Amino acid sequence: MRLIALLLLCLCATVVWAGQTTPFKLDIGQGGKCVKDPEWMRKNHMQLLKHQRDEAVRKGARDDKVSLKTCVECHASTKDNSVIARDDSFCVACHRYEAVKLDCFECHSGVRKSYWLKRNAK
Amino acid sequence: MSEVNNQRRAFLKTSLGAAAVAIAPGMLLFDMAHGSTEPVSGKVRWGMLIDTNQCKPGCDECVTACNTENGLSGGKLPTDSQWIRKIEIKDISTGRQSSLPMMCQHCEHPPCVDVCPTAASFKRADGIVLVDKHRCIGCRYCMMACPYKARSFVHEPLHDQNPDVPRGKGTVESCTLCVHRIDEGLQPACATSCPNKAILFGDLNDPNSPIAQKLRTVASTQVRADLKLNTGIRYQGL
Ligand code: HEC
Ligand code: HEC
Ligand code: HEC
Repeated sequence: MRLIALLLLCLCATVVWAGQTTPFKLDIGQGGKCVKDPEWMRKNHMQLLKHQRDEAVRKGARDDKVSLKTCVECHASTKDNSVIARDDSFCVACHRYEAVKLDCFECHSGVRKSYWLKRNAK
Repeated sequence: MSEVNNQRRAFLKTSLGAAAVAIAPGMLLFDMAHGSTEPVSGKVRWGMLIDTNQCKPGCDECVTACNTENGLSGGKLPTDSQWIRKIEIKDISTGRQSSLPMMCQHCEHPPCVDVCPTAASFKRADGIVLVDKHRCIGCRYCMMACPYKARSFVHEPLHDQNPDVPRGKGTVESCTLCVHRIDEGLQPACATSCPNKAILFGDLNDPNSPIAQKLRTVASTQVRADLKLNTGIRYQGL
């Protein structure tokens, strides 16, 4: 019972938060249309990424639409081509606010691939 | 193993249509594989035939190409990652010398997969042996199990990796056959870089592929064939 109450509380908290505009600055990158509804993405992007990761790595089923590289390509800042370089960078700002720590970018490039290729072309 | 075989059978049953496209002669599956959202096919088995007669001592173009493609430093310290390395061998009784590249042999029965406690080491349906770095805990059992010393451990934090080749501290890594290139219809970097075309890459299972045809006509060996791992990398002229 206590568990359910707790769960409800959590849910409410999320809903309230999702309903507001974000209480911090977020550089959404180049803009356009997200791969799914932004409202849905806000809550479920981690599931999407983890599903995609297992499909791509273990089965070789690469859906480029929802590849992490595609997220970075679009969401990287137009100022520095990165999703992790600054406090308001796309994959940093919310997580910092929510105290979520990602290890993804210890391996994955946080830089827009098109920019990385250009920079490393020489 | 049996799990993989079952998958293969299931695949055969359910997708004969796709398989027919896949084995169209000479296509090397490349066009079909491009940007595919479908899982890779168990009908395919990627492999290489390395002609050691064409492999020149002192040449390390394949190593350099691998390092550039995958973002390896190229350092030679015991703690530096090496996915492919050149070996010079000599038959002491005859004095005959040969030179060859050594890397992950992409075994059909990979010991690294057997020993992995987290199922991070795995074999993809198309025969490529990989580390799922999301599951790797860095225990390095696989490095000890590998008879080819093909794997490396990342000891230091890395920066500015190739977006196509994520790598990071605390995980084991090895030759991926350039899986990111294969899935785009390209050949592994080492194969395209060899000035003497000593590395022939292709589908071992497709009887019409150049590699299968060559394997039918020339004598080839598997390194440590006694271990019965059925490697995907074969050598000619050893
Ligand atoms: C073509 C560009 C594009 C791509 C590709 C893209 N997004 Fe988005 N995304 C957007 C836009 C535009 C928004 C809306 C931002 C806003 O208005 O707040 C958004 C919103 C979001 C939000 C919610 C942000 C908020 O303000 O609440 C998340 C989380 C998100 N995206 C994650 C991802 C992930 C993860 C991927 C990769 C699977 C991805 N996006 C791919 C353009 C993109
Ligand atoms: C230890 C290194 C490492 C870490 C940490 C890591 N990954 Fe990966 N990831 C890889 C490798 C290697 C691949 C395979 C790349 C390929 O073949 O394209 C990969 C592939 C993926 C893919 C599929 C390819 C793509 O670009 O879409 C996704 C999605 C993904 N990772 C998501 C994540 C997420 C989310 C995190 C953090 C929770 C994460 N990864 C953390 C190494 C890592
Ligand atoms: C709108 C805010 C927001 C944005 C933008 C955002 N995230 Fe998140 N992310 C969150 C929240 C909140 C959580 C924690 C959810 C929870 O507690 O379950 C989270 C969790 C995650 C997790 C799971 C972490 C874990 O330890 O399991 C991953 C992976 C992740 N985010 C990846 C990304 C990536 C990659 C980006 C940039 C493309 C991104 N997120 C952008 C809000 C955001």
